[in-house]
Amino acid sequence: MAATQLTMGPLIFHWPAEKKRDFWFRIADEAPVDVAYLGETICSKRTPFFDDRHLHEVAQRLKRAGKKVVWSTLSQVTIKRDRKIVGDTCTQKEYEVEANDASALWHVSGTPHRIGQALNVYNEQAMSFLAAKGATHFCLAAELPAQSIEALCIKANELGVTIEVQVFGRVSLALSARCYHARAHKRTKDSCLFVCENDPDGMDLNTRSKIPFLSINGIQTLSHRYINLSAEMEALKEMGVGAFRLSPHSSDMVAIAKIYRALLDNKTSCDEVDHSLEELGIPQPMANGFFHRQPGFEMVGKGEAI
Amino acid sequence: MLKQSNTYTNHPAAEKTTRVPKLIGIALAPVPLVLIQPVLARLVRDIATRRSELFERLGPHTKTFFMIDVDELPFVLRLLPDPKGPKLTAHRRRENIEFGASISGPFMTLFTIIDGNSDSDAMFFSRDIRIGGNTEAAVCLRNAMDDLEGSIIDDVLDIGGVAFAPLRLVMAHLRSKENTI
Amino acid sequence: MSAQKSAPHELDKAFAAPELVCPAGTPAALRAAVDAGADAVYCGLTNATNARNFPGLNFSVQALEASIPYARERGTKVLLAVNSFATAPGSAMWREAVDIGARLKVDAIIVADIGVAQYASETHPDLRLHLSVQAGASSPEAIRFYCQEFGVKRVVLPRILTVPEISAIHREIPCEIEAFVFGNIGMMSEGRCSLTNYVTGLSTNMDGICSPASEVKYAEDEKGNLSAKLGNYEIDCFEKGESAGYPTICKGRYLTPARKEAYYAFEEPISLNLSSLLPELIKAGVTAFKIEGRQRSRSYVKSVVSAYRAAVDNIMEGNEPDLSTLISLTEGGKQTQGAFKSKKWR
Repeated sequence: MAATQLTMGPLIFHWPAEKKRDFWFRIADEAPVDVAYLGETICSKRTPFFDDRHLHEVAQRLKRAGKKVVWSTLSQVTIKRDRKIVGDTCTQKEYEVEANDASALWHVSGTPHRIGQALNVYNEQAMSFLAAKGATHFCLAAELPAQSIEALCIKANELGVTIEVQVFGRVSLALSARCYHARAHKRTKDSCLFVCENDPDGMDLNTRSKIPFLSINGIQTLSHRYINLSAEMEALKEMGVGAFRLSPHSSDMVAIAKIYRALLDNKTSCDEVDHSLEELGIPQPMANGFFHRQPGFEMVGKGEAI
Repeated sequence: MLKQSNTYTNHPAAEKTTRVPKLIGIALAPVPLVLIQPVLARLVRDIATRRSELFERLGPHTKTFFMIDVDELPFVLRLLPDPKGPKLTAHRRRENIEFGASISGPFMTLFTIIDGNSDSDAMFFSRDIRIGGNTEAAVCLRNAMDDLEGSIIDDVLDIGGVAFAPLRLVMAHLRSKENTI
Repeated sequence: MSAQKSAPHELDKAFAAPELVCPAGTPAALRAAVDAGADAVYCGLTNATNARNFPGLNFSVQALEASIPYARERGTKVLLAVNSFATAPGSAMWREAVDIGARLKVDAIIVADIGVAQYASETHPDLRLHLSVQAGASSPEAIRFYCQEFGVKRVVLPRILTVPEISAIHREIPCEIEAFVFGNIGMMSEGRCSLTNYVTGLSTNMDGICSPASEVKYAEDEKGNLSAKLGNYEIDCFEKGESAGYPTICKGRYLTPARKEAYYAFEEPISLNLSSLLPELIKAGVTAFKIEGRQRSRSYVKSVVSAYRAAVDNIMEGNEPDLSTLISLTEGGKQTQGAFKSKKWR
């Protein structure tokens, strides 16, 4: 079996283009990741800033550094512009594509491609079907519990495809056609003035009793808590998970990649990983509930309450 | 989750009560509960036999005690919808009884819901009825009652036979008021 | 709004009457819907295979079998929703649900999951498939994918499209369109929401559960404010005298730095009511109107279905529909045309 990979997932937030470019340059030069997922997955209004101008430049740098580049498609495809972007992404030949919705499947069926987190693959039949259509690699939905991941890994092994699981970062809990960033600022999606640019890790949504709850990223609703599966990675490796995804945030992602890489290489303990993440300023507590079939916000096995 | 109290004062439904339920309340006030208990016990046993499908739908909640608190009545009712040993008893409010779920509201509102002629979701959104304790149990009871063909109130009248003849008139009167809710 | 190529003035002559697809959470609700004039009813089994897996609701196999003749004898179709996501390693339950539908000869199965759709199309090639709103197919390409791969005959469109967008989709897809016209308006893209799982450990996609009642707690403080919690999180708090709502996560009020007060971050508790858009929807190519509400009471089903039956019949006869009575049945007494009227909703 191939060595377990560490990947940098798509950058889901709307950072200024230069910041985004510099982020990926630094990942290319310094982060011990095997794969980088580029491409706007949340809002087609954002693509003129980075994707249209800097994506190839960044991709070249990542490739030169020995990293595989995959282009992720939009998660929610509704308007003409969304459809055009997905069509263009899927028909380009330079990069492998990660499909995040069924309209991307329409384009990539029959050619090798990956399946992203936003496309529901919850069972063996769906996986077999998509593999027969050319899917080689599946990044699973964050809510799938260990039992399901294990069953899917067995099937993946049979089919000769790879399973990827997100182990770090806020997780997508919902998508919508409506932009909640715009709504919070009393604007509409069409007149948003890119207000999401002000929140590099999402906009906090707290309960009325001031408990942090969710985080808004345009049309996407994220967990407020960052997922951290450091303690579960060994079990995931044993199940046959072939790639671990880090979801980019504004914290030092190079350092975070190094920490998880060390854990994969058995050069550190998960306690040390957790400690380092806290030192790096990752909001605490983190969460691992989904894996354990518990409420997603919970941190099972490490004792805490909200 | 026991002994949860969810009483509101001045809820909008308070104004929707009609004169008849108030009169029923006044008439029942001096009646000792010992006289009411056997009637209730017989009622719930008969309904359990006639309406076994109601209990099937309740699944795990056949073991849940439901407290039914009708604003106008001088007592509250406690129901255990267990097909093997159904119980329906009356208690004074000062008795602090234990329950898994409670449903309270004005007589007419509860009457129309039980009669299958109103939408309890809409009632709840307007705070006309109040749910306490295990919300799932209360919702489950609502869903199960909603599946009953005809009205459980007609069953009660049937079971009562001649003795309930005067009640029949009262019910007919109340039904004529339902549309005003 | 006559995006149709040869938009005729006389609706009744050019368009077939749309099918009225109505919710049936229980056998009694099914009969109520049939009696009130439903052209089709949709229902689910009492397990996680459908997206309304609520306590006390839905059909056992026996209850479904016993209910189908009632509908059929009155010319009403029965659709079976198997529209949650078959979850490994337990996906046999979803295959069984499909087999049950095939055995009972339901008129169509409503599916969302690729695995379930593939199983149904392969094992029961004659069984008609509708694509559930849970599949979240909101573009012509996505819909074409399901039509091509599984022979889907009808798509239930997400509640996020404007009428012109529906019209545009209609011209680009090979199947019928069903659109929601009344009921609860979900804010999140269906089939892609794990909010409930994040809070409660029960999943909308895997368990068919959204904001489960078992996790709901209401608590009133000494001032009469009613706090509504789901699991550990407060979803909303209602002032004394204010109408209370059920704590559905996407209908809650929250705090954010950009707002001074708690606000409905996603949407206000409001019901969709497209009664005034029905003629436009018909012209846009919608051939089935769907009423939401399998979790609602039979009296609700009866009222809404009767009103919509009369409305559709009126429209087909060229008269103005009147649905003013429906407002009392909407959530919190408020209604909206949602995304359908204008993209400013987004």
